[in-house]
This record gives sequence, C-alpha cells and structure tokens, in this order.
Amino acid sequence: MGVIRSEQDLERNVLTTTLERLVAWGRGNSVWPAQFGLACCAIEMMCAAGSRFDISRFGSELFRASPRQSDLMIVAGRVSQKMAPVLRHIYDQMLDPKWVISMGDCASTGGLYNNYAVVQGVDKIVPVDVYVAGCPPRPEALLHGLQLLQRKIQTRTTGAAARAT
Amino acid sequence: MATTTETLTLNMGPQHPSTHGVLRLVLELEGEVVRKCTPVMGYLHTGIEKEMESRTYHQNVTLVDRIEYLANYNEEMAFHQSVERLFGLEPPPRARYIRILMCEMNRIASHLMYLGAGAMDLNVSSVFLYCLQDREKFLDLSEMISGQRMMPGYFRVGGLAEDLPDGFVAASRAWLDEMARRIDEYDRLLTDNLIWRERLEGVALLSPEDAIALGGTGPVLRGSGIAHDIRKVLPYGGYEEFDFDVPVERGCDAFARYRVRMEEMRQARRIALQALDRLPDGPVIVNDRKVALPPRAELARSMEAVIHQFKLVSEGMHPPAGETYVATESPRGEKGYFVVSDGSNRPVRVHARAPSFYNLQTLPAMVEGRPLADVVVAVASIDIVLGDVDR
Amino acid sequence: MVDETSILDRLRPHVPWDRLAARVERGGAVVEAPADVLLAVLRAARNRLGLDTCADITAWDRLPREPRFEVVYMLGRAGTGDRLMVKALAAGEPPRLPSATAVYRGAGFPEREVYDMFGVVFDGHPDLRRILMPDDWEGHPLRRDFSLFEEPVEFIGHTPKVPSEIIPYFPPGSPSGSGGETPPR
Repeated sequence: MGVIRSEQDLERNVLTTTLERLVAWGRGNSVWPAQFGLACCAIEMMCAAGSRFDISRFGSELFRASPRQSDLMIVAGRVSQKMAPVLRHIYDQMLDPKWVISMGDCASTGGLYNNYAVVQGVDKIVPVDVYVAGCPPRPEALLHGLQLLQRKIQTRTTGAAARAT
Repeated sequence: MATTTETLTLNMGPQHPSTHGVLRLVLELEGEVVRKCTPVMGYLHTGIEKEMESRTYHQNVTLVDRIEYLANYNEEMAFHQSVERLFGLEPPPRARYIRILMCEMNRIASHLMYLGAGAMDLNVSSVFLYCLQDREKFLDLSEMISGQRMMPGYFRVGGLAEDLPDGFVAASRAWLDEMARRIDEYDRLLTDNLIWRERLEGVALLSPEDAIALGGTGPVLRGSGIAHDIRKVLPYGGYEEFDFDVPVERGCDAFARYRVRMEEMRQARRIALQALDRLPDGPVIVNDRKVALPPRAELARSMEAVIHQFKLVSEGMHPPAGETYVATESPRGEKGYFVVSDGSNRPVRVHARAPSFYNLQTLPAMVEGRPLADVVVAVASIDIVLGDVDR
Repeated sequence: MVDETSILDRLRPHVPWDRLAARVERGGAVVEAPADVLLAVLRAARNRLGLDTCADITAWDRLPREPRFEVVYMLGRAGTGDRLMVKALAAGEPPRLPSATAVYRGAGFPEREVYDMFGVVFDGHPDLRRILMPDDWEGHPLRRDFSLFEEPVEFIGHTPKVPSEIIPYFPPGSPSGSGGETPPR
C-alpha cells in the first residue's frame, strides 16, 4: 500500500461510481441460472456448462436447483400446455431482480411444433429479456445471449426497474 | 415419545435437478421409506405423433430427431427401417455401414451422457465434465457430417443424404481410439470406487420377472440378467454382418445397469471399428427416382431428373398402403416406429414405441419399499429421456 | 430371421381360430381378433406361446371407416425374436375394449396413453386416467377429427400459411399436378 501523495495518485487508484452502477456491474457478472431444463436445448445448456464452452467464464456456472436462489431462468426447450403453469409458478418463486432467456426456437416461437400441445412462445407466460435462436442453439449462441443479457443488466435496460419506467 | 404412522406425500418434480428433465414423481413416504411411487408425465408432450400426420415422410425426419434427443442417429435409423419396410427397400451397402457406424458412435455418446448425468446426481461432478468433454468430440463428428451438433437429419429413405465428408473416417477412428482409453479410465475411476459401489450396489433392484412384465428393455432388461438385444434377436439394417457380444449382468441393480452400459460402450466401439474397417464403396442412396432425389449433376442434363426432383420436393414420396413396425435397439432399449400408410404422401399414423416410457413403468417396482435417497439413483439408472417418454 | 408363420401355427390350436383373421404382413405375424375373443388370444399368446412381454400397445384412427379405432398389441418374448401383432377394433362411442392389464401388467401405461390420445376406454383397467395431456384437457388429440391447432406463419412477401399447407396433401394414386385436397378428417 502506498501513500497517496497527490491528486494524481488519487485519480489513478480510486474509482468513483454511483452505488446503482456498482450494483448493476456486480449483478451482471454473477447471473445464477436456475437448473431448469426442458428438452433438447437443456442438453446444449449442459454443454455450455461443460469444460469446452465453460459458462463460468461469464460468472454463470452456478446452476441453482432452487428457483429462490437463482436470478436467471433459461427456458431451454419446448413448453407444453401442461408445463406452462408450472413454469409460471417457478418464475413467480424466483426473487427479484430476475431475468429470462428464451433458449431455442421452441421456447421463442413454438418452433417446429405448431400444434395443440406446445405454447407458441414462452413470452405468452413470462417476460423474456433475450431470445436465442437455433434448434437447438449452439452453446456459443447461449453464451452470446448471456453476454447480451449482461450488457442489458449493466446498462439497466432490463428487469423490473426498466419495465416500471 | 409417540411415533406417527402417517404417510407423507412428497412431490418430486417437474422441476427437480435429478429428474433428467420434467418428470414428476408423487411419492408416498413413511418416514424415509417410499411406500408408493406414481410417475406423472406429459410435461414435455409435444404432439410429435400428431404433427407427423400432417407432414410428408421427408419432413418427418426433422421431427423424429427431436424425440429421443440424445440418440438422434438411432432414432432416424428406427424411423427409416419402418418406412423402408413399407417400400420394400434396402439401402446400398455403404449406406448401411455408415448408418451403423453413426448409430454405434451415437450409442457411446448417449451412454456417456448417462454416465455423466448419473454421476452428477450422485454428486460426482468431475465425471460429468469428463463425459461431456468426450461427448463434445462426437458432436464435432456429427457436425462434420450434417453441420448440426445434435439434430443431424442425415438419414434418408433408401440411404443417406450425402456421403461422408473428407477426413471423417480418420477423425472418427481417432475418436474411437481415444475412447478405448477413456472408457478404461472411467472404469478405473468408478467401478472399484467404494462410494460409487456402495451407492449403486443393491439399489433400485428390479427382478427379471418385473422387468419383462413391465416392458423394460435395453440396459434395464440386460441389467436384470435377460440377454435380449434387438440387434441380435431380430437383426435389422445389416447388424447380422457384425461381430459383437451382448453384455448381461445378473445383479438386477443400478450397478448392473452401469456395468452393462460400460461394456456396451466397448461393444459399440467394436462394431463401429468393424464398420470403418470394412466400409464398402459405392452409392449411399438407392437409385429409385420415386424415393431418392436425383444426383445434382443429372439435373443439368435430364428433363426427367428435373421432373422427379420437382415431384419429390413439392409432393414427396408415396409408400404403398399398409402398416409396419420394425423394432430397433436404441441406447435405451427397444425403439420402433409403427407406421400406417394409405398410399398418400403423408402417413396416416406414426407411433414411436418409446423405450423410456416403458422403462419408466418399471420405476415404481425399483423404488417402492426403499429409502427416498435411492429414487435419484433409480431414475438415473434407467436413463430416461423425457422427450422420448412424452413425445 | 424368425419364421413368423410358425408362430401362427403354434397359436392356432389354442384360440377360436375361425373367428380370427391371421396373415403375415411384411415379415410380421398379424392376428386380427374381435373384441370378445381378444383376451383369449392374449392369454393364449402369453401362456401357450410364452410371449411374456407386451412390447407396445398403440392405436390408430381409421376414419371414415367404422369401427373407427384399431388397437394394436405388439407381443414379444424376452431373449428371442418371437413377435406377434394382435389387433382389435374398438366400436362405439366411447369406443370400448377389455383391458389387457389382467394378462400383461405392462399394459398399464400404454393403455392409459391410448385412452388419453384416442379416447378408447379399456374396461377393467385399474387406473384409467389421462397420462400425457393435462387432466382437464378436452378431446383426444390423436383422433383424426381433432384439429392440429396450427397458427399461420408469415414469411415476408408471402401470404401466411399454416405449416401443413406448405407441402399439400396428395391422396393415394393422385395423378401428377393434382393435390392440395384436404386430408380426411
């Protein structure tokens, strides 16, 4: 530890920011997803957690089994009519601030399954922050989606705060 | 202190870290002991069978891939066996060998996922990372073939979409060589591991009688001492030309199923290597213009080829009327498609015989009367894919 | 390859053969049984032929023919390639058949699935509930007259279509250039 001798040293060693920005920075870099896989995309989500793609580089390797401990719900796969109320229930159990990534075509639009059994887009049930396209999306695509979400969180253009304004 | 004998109803899932998807189990507990287990499924019901009735046979390849999403090649194999039997077609030798090569490599990859996910359920998360790493290399091979990691859509009625890409044979041989070492390594890491054995041995017991009566197939049946492998008893797609053993274990427990799968990976490797060694030359799809697209070069020269191309793309093929069911051996057990055709360009009915659906039926027999903690091991040991259960 | 005709020959003495229609179709032995002798056929297959596993039960909708639903039982013997397909027509509304659960325990789940998807009621099933669809669902999705409920998909510059219209339905034996008819519902 050195002694601060001049105004110049102070500028070089101390960052000033608002509390809000600091919190957003922290939140954005430690997004914990819920361990919530539905279908094929869940396998790619697991691959993203594996050592080749290594989602922990972005601070999101902690897949929490309980929705109450997680910030992010990755809807990985087709959402059936039977699953829809459960999914909403899990979303409601998550604590604010919370975000949703809709992973894959099925979750985003119904994808291949334009029929009686599948909800045509999870955004009919929960608010979605980032859509990741692909059937299934590659793990890189999921990581890109995650980075987009981080940018949104850090610039405070998403989440309950953004929706309120 | 008075003890109560009330039963407690515990709801496990649909969101639970070790249900391998969205399975829900309603458990009636007496203390720690499960008295009754009722699986509740349908949380991933996608209507694929209905959807297939409004698509042509060619379009349906895309849908079958997504039923059992850990074993896409085996799934395509099963569907095409049925459709080809409707037509009375036999793919050319090279196509048959490549199909078997891909199916067996996919079997290894699928069992790796079983091992990884099963180990993670028992909190051995390093094995999960190792297995995923090896599986990634299979996905790279799959990507060389089809451009997709998971949903290849590579098989066609009467053969394959394309021949193998350059360098594929060497790359798959390299992966198979590496897998020989890796499987031994998993074996050394787990088979004699005290914790692993204590957690699996004598757990999730399923008697051979129950396994047969409840429709269990694949490693679930073979782990209960029944030597039943469709590739041996009802060979399809050219498996009769290959030399392999059917591993059987008499333990009837989760450990026996683990041992069966480990040995199956070695046997699958053996079959894949035989396919690579003896890979014949020649076309990869039948020369039947009512079924297979004409080669690209022919389109520039022949008007007839253009007409066939147009008809096949805009209308699709018309199998003869009738119905068929061909059983195949997927990594999870007997997978077969029951296809009914009325001679139009769309199937009247496609039903997938889902091994996971029947294996799930054996779950109550495995866990009833056993402690709650064994449920996780039992679910992992039958290696269900919920896409397959619910379709 | 297993000789499928021999299975039929072995079955013949144990069942009311004149009431059945047996054939070998594409290498598989098929027996069509009327609903009242269905259980007798299944029992004979299990006890006399040793077909100890019910590999699968499924159904299909024969609309517009009557009776509409044909239920298909695929029987097999563990460890061998013996296979027998037994079929029965379910008549009435709701269509009814006796449950095979008394003969094959493994029929529990698949009969629930057939009930859920087609509405075929299996008399004597211990727990006949919906299995895949939500409990409060109305209708049976795999019936031919149950709509697929497609939503039109819009591509820029094209009129919106539902996916199943993209390649139209061509009925059997349709001449070139025809097609686009509505499939039978």
